[in-house]
Amino acid sequence: MKQVVCMKRRSTLNAFYFLLKRDLILNFRRRAEIANPLLFFVIVITLFPLGVGAKPQLLQSMAPGVIWVAALLAAMLSLDRIFRSDFEDGSLEQLLLSAHPVSVLVLAKVAAHWLVTGLPLLVVAPLLAVLLGLPVDAMGVLVVTLLLGTPVLSLVGAIGVALTVGLRRGGIILSLLVLPLYIPVLIFASNAVDMAAGGLPVTAQLSMLAAFLALALALAPWPAAAALRISLS
Amino acid sequence: MFMRFFHRMASPPYFYVISGRWLPWLAVICLALILAGLYGGLVEAPADYQQGDSFRIIYIHVPSAWMSLFIYVVMAVAGGIGLIWHIKLAEMVAVSSAPIGASFTFLALVTGSLWGKPMWGTWWVWDGRLTSELILLFLYLGVIALYGAIDDKRRAGRAAAILALVGVVNIPIIHYSVEWWNTLHQGPTVTKFDKPSIHISMLIPLLLMAGGFKLFYLIAVLMRLRSEILERERNSKWVTALVGSEDRRQKTEDRVQESDVDPRRVGP
Repeated sequence: MKQVVCMKRRSTLNAFYFLLKRDLILNFRRRAEIANPLLFFVIVITLFPLGVGAKPQLLQSMAPGVIWVAALLAAMLSLDRIFRSDFEDGSLEQLLLSAHPVSVLVLAKVAAHWLVTGLPLLVVAPLLAVLLGLPVDAMGVLVVTLLLGTPVLSLVGAIGVALTVGLRRGGIILSLLVLPLYIPVLIFASNAVDMAAGGLPVTAQLSMLAAFLALALALAPWPAAAALRISLS
Repeated sequence: MFMRFFHRMASPPYFYVISGRWLPWLAVICLALILAGLYGGLVEAPADYQQGDSFRIIYIHVPSAWMSLFIYVVMAVAGGIGLIWHIKLAEMVAVSSAPIGASFTFLALVTGSLWGKPMWGTWWVWDGRLTSELILLFLYLGVIALYGAIDDKRRAGRAAAILALVGVVNIPIIHYSVEWWNTLHQGPTVTKFDKPSIHISMLIPLLLMAGGFKLFYLIAVLMRLRSEILERERNSKWVTALVGSEDRRQKTEDRVQESDVDPRRVGP
């Protein structure tokens, strides 16, 4: 009996790894699509100095908010990819029919999505922060907030995508559903970068972000799985 | 006894008939409460020593703000019940509540801003409460938009219920984040109502209005539910029987027809 339970758990883990690997391979084969959200992120941040003027003081004080709002929008635009192509070719239905808990499979898909779209932001963000004149001391904090915050965006976003995946024009509704839920992450992350730029301690903000990540990691896969079942029913 | 009552209430035809009987009574009580509250608030209560007569907007503003939160919780609970026990009527309660809740939220924002102009000298401040009320409005609009976007109404109701549940987990997080963000930025310089220090002659009309608003919500949700039921069940026998009998009644007015529907006989 115990062995059976053990084997089952093992095979669920295997399913997680296989799905993660499959999604990563599929994404790697369409590299151009990986670059798109990243390009969007860069372009949006470039627009701000052009729009508000190139005063270094102003740009520096706006930098944390601008970078984070751009990250929010970039994450949201790429969300659709988590389930869309699998929905269109029918493999999503096969996933729901499998014996493994759907929430674990959702988690695998979200993890793959984050590795492909969230992680590159971490690499590019410091460069853009330099463009906006953010102090070097705040760079590390910026990367840490992105590291803690962007997975939350992917996890919470997965619920929204799961709810809208069956719709023809789900994109605009997705933004209406998901953006209000992103507000706490935006507040704490941009505030942390702001404080760090002023040389103040940021442990509280980072702890809050870590708490959001833990909460989203534990709770978000369930409603996402339930929403997928409804969308495909 | 009670369980049987609830089980029967979950059946749309039975609910339709019973709610039709309740509506006039609820309307009378609601009207009485609101009129009493308005009289007490606008005439009886003394003017505030600092704000003069402009404080009287709280008799609309505060009950609306309470209702905006209350309805979201009702929506989420009804949605949860609908998802767990597959009760159609509970899902319909959830989706019918959303537009009413959004209206109350909007009313609270508008009256707050009307009050803010003479008191704070500005229509809008990025105060913690104001901002979280605005975000609540966005959450309501998201639920409404999602429900409207899905053609199959059964599926749409369940999707909206999930969104409402996700929202209700998030509301406290959003609320406290926004409060925190606000205090970090500008400190508690904004004057707020001191709720516990309100005088009893001002408090009683406020409570009457709050009761009146609750009943108004109940009436509005019942009416929306009744039309939602008719729309969703338009192909079932009891609805055609009901609509048919009303048509006939209009044609031959002298003939009195008993249109009470017995759920056991004409249920779909």
